[in-house]
Amino acid sequence: MARSADAINVSRRAMVFGITAGALVLALRAAPPANAQATRFGGAAMRGGIKDDPRLFLALDESGTVKLLCHRAEMGQGVRTSWAMVVADELGANLDRVEVVQAPGDESRYGNQDTDGSRSMRHHFLPLRRIGAAARRMLEEEAAARWNVDVSTVATDQHAVVHRTTGRRLGFGALASGAAARPVPLPDTLVLRPANEFRFVGRDRIPLVDNHDITTGRAVYGIDVRLDNMAFAVVARPPVHGGKVKRFDATETMKVPGVLAVIPIAAPALPSGFMPLGGVGIVAENTFAAIKGRSRLEIEWDDGPNGTYDSAEYRAALEVAVGRPGDVVRDDGDADAALARAPRRVAATYYTPHLAQAPMEPPTATARVGDDLCEVWASVQSPEAVRTDLSKRFGLPREKVIVQPLLLGGGFGRKAQPDFAAEAAVLSRAMNGRPVKLIFTREDDLQHSFFHAVSVDRLEAGFDQNGRVVAWLHRTAGPSIRSIFAPEVTHKAAFELAMGAVDVPFAIPDIRVENPEATAHTRIGWFRAVANVPHAFAVQCFVAELAAAAGRDPKGFLLELIGPDRLIAPASLSDRWTYGEDPKLYPFDTARLRRVIETAALKADWGRRRPDGTGLGIAAHRSFLSYAAAVVEVEVGRGGEIVVRQVDLAFDCGALINPDRVRSQLEGAVVQGIGIALLGEISFKAGRAEQSNFHDYEVPRIDGVPKDIRVHMVKSSGYDAPLGGVGEPGLPPVAPALANAIHAASGARFRALPIQARTKPQLQ
Amino acid sequence: MTSFTVNGAIHSFDGDPETTLLWYLRDVAGLTGTKFGCGQALCGACTVHIDGQATRSCQTPVADLEGRSVVTIEGLSADGSHPLQVVWREINVAQCGYCQGGQIMQAAALLSDNPHPTDSDIDAAMSGNICRCGSYPRIRAAIKLAAERT
Ligand code: FES
Ligand code: FES
Repeated sequence: MARSADAINVSRRAMVFGITAGALVLALRAAPPANAQATRFGGAAMRGGIKDDPRLFLALDESGTVKLLCHRAEMGQGVRTSWAMVVADELGANLDRVEVVQAPGDESRYGNQDTDGSRSMRHHFLPLRRIGAAARRMLEEEAAARWNVDVSTVATDQHAVVHRTTGRRLGFGALASGAAARPVPLPDTLVLRPANEFRFVGRDRIPLVDNHDITTGRAVYGIDVRLDNMAFAVVARPPVHGGKVKRFDATETMKVPGVLAVIPIAAPALPSGFMPLGGVGIVAENTFAAIKGRSRLEIEWDDGPNGTYDSAEYRAALEVAVGRPGDVVRDDGDADAALARAPRRVAATYYTPHLAQAPMEPPTATARVGDDLCEVWASVQSPEAVRTDLSKRFGLPREKVIVQPLLLGGGFGRKAQPDFAAEAAVLSRAMNGRPVKLIFTREDDLQHSFFHAVSVDRLEAGFDQNGRVVAWLHRTAGPSIRSIFAPEVTHKAAFELAMGAVDVPFAIPDIRVENPEATAHTRIGWFRAVANVPHAFAVQCFVAELAAAAGRDPKGFLLELIGPDRLIAPASLSDRWTYGEDPKLYPFDTARLRRVIETAALKADWGRRRPDGTGLGIAAHRSFLSYAAAVVEVEVGRGGEIVVRQVDLAFDCGALINPDRVRSQLEGAVVQGIGIALLGEISFKAGRAEQSNFHDYEVPRIDGVPKDIRVHMVKSSGYDAPLGGVGEPGLPPVAPALANAIHAASGARFRALPIQARTKPQLQ
Repeated sequence: MTSFTVNGAIHSFDGDPETTLLWYLRDVAGLTGTKFGCGQALCGACTVHIDGQATRSCQTPVADLEGRSVVTIEGLSADGSHPLQVVWREINVAQCGYCQGGQIMQAAALLSDNPHPTDSDIDAAMSGNICRCGSYPRIRAAIKLAAERT
């Protein structure tokens, strides 16, 4: 137990946990009273809520160094840098004097720590400002007291407090201990800095706080943790979800030099949530030996109930399902009657396959589990989920389960599901507390993902005599993420349907959305942008198909379908989720959608004449409370080769905190979107994922993406308006815009992803 | 026993001769800047220089290294001042950063062979290095900027 504090100093450089001696603040402050009656939204509605007490997150020492505890996971979205920018601005600190420290998992202390849903900045911009503003106030009061002047005559200036009239100046370091003895100002007395005083927020190209470590190989990711006497492990898992080991023989495995132990892991009952899949762990002196030992393992599996899962047959079954009515999840007017009397109807069915997130750093965790203390270092998006699971599993009080997230080498949703952390812990326990680092090989990662759900979407629309769309029927079927938590889940959840299926903003009088049944036969989970990916693909391709059927320009047709500028209450779209936010703060603003469409089109020079074999496609989608539109230019060769020439993505997430990281997220979304459109598919035969590494699960490479990925920001509001998300919403419009561009270039319409796997025979 | 140098220091290894350089560096030598991404020469995350050539350490048995000189991202420069490291920071190339050590090592080998690469030279040299975050436009821009400065 005495080791818990130093145990956590795993990297070669010291890491500090929690704010310790010399912390800024001593006095206690009651949490703001909560209105128990009111429905909660946003961060307040999340497990653990929001905390904004500066004592929890800030430390200032006498050298003037500000330590900022970041309690969200860094996985490439830039949260560590962006948080430092916000706090530095409110505090009046210099950014290069702010050191960002990664918080351990502890939601009772720090509030919610799930890094997902594109909400870290959305939920924390104001709390971070309050943290900075409270600390600034304490520094100002301390300086004013020392000079015996009124606090209204002092202000911060570049890491110091100055007396405005005399120009006297005291650095933050000199004020640290005195300021720390002052009471924390109450939240309603805080004055936030006006935006025109920001020196970092909104400024472009702020250097990443981890830049030096990343470019010199010194950044410590989950996979880089090193402990004394550490062993290394891989696990042979049942190839079919829900399967288990029938028998195994480790004789040959044990002969591999360096192999230390072979440890069976029990298979969980279904639904298995974030539990490990079971199988056989191989623990060795190094990872090479563990992998080699696993390859010598003789093992026979009992496949269980999903042993016949075949994703091609599943697709066919879902295509039948969407031919029939399903649960009605949005019903405006009478779509059936409107369709029946429409003189012209158009219908099409779309398919989006399973995908694996495939973060570059595969799932990995290191654990040291003794009798009365469990420590985990891992690349996790949800450290508290690990604590909950392991405290139950080992019968330890929660405070004896310490989970330290490190840098994540990408997440994309995979690391929100910490099965790997529990595997490492189980193996360490079985090794009598010896630290064990568990890694997924790439094969493990692709075959034991929490897969992006398949979706089959059938759309049908009716035109009136004047060529206007008067009826819309969308049937969407696919397994739900809820299936990993509850038995017999047969329908998409409200949150999945509100990701682009029900919340279509079209000015069509009769709209019905239905959700026929589908049961999961593999592990389903979160993937960047989640159900927005298939829904936007189907809806935005279908709009372009309708435009073609009507002989209209797709951009003009899309804008006409969206109709006049208006604010739509989410409830009137049957959106029962609105990303967990207050629907009053986040109506669907069709003017914002229109503006991103117009911006993308303008920047791409929509409508210009193009050479034969090239074409432009457009798509727009609102998700995570942000608005995105993409115009993609492709060239289709005679043999069906597709070259993506240029992408223009226009984006409106409200105010920009860290413009460079918004752009980089959007650039990344375009690249990932091209991969989803053209390359990626995990297919299943006999319950087993058929792909195993990047040769058969292809992702975009530098030669497959355009040199011109152009991102255009549409700023619709200032820093006082509610923020939208950034990490995910750039992704959904990319694949449909690309499919629409292929149609424009070649006349071929692809309704199933990935396109490249299907192009050559059909385009020739 | 195989003896070789890593970033100038002498290393020797007498374990399983099939052990690959990647896992030797990471698990035995404690040099974790070289990353695992695929283990099959498909992603480039594990790229190091062996006698100056960009090489996938996941495919290189330690037994083949007798007398050879290995440089990892930690040893590319003493203080992060290699021109590519500098431009990588200037352009904020990294997202998660996990692939970037391998990208920089690959790009460093490219520039030392070809100080002024064209776009297609960059495609040819860099297409073995996956960035799942999609930082490719910035990787290309950074290589060009570094080339311009030489
Ligand atoms: S790990 Fe060596 S190329 Fe991917
Ligand atoms: S920066 Fe994340 S994989 Fe390249």
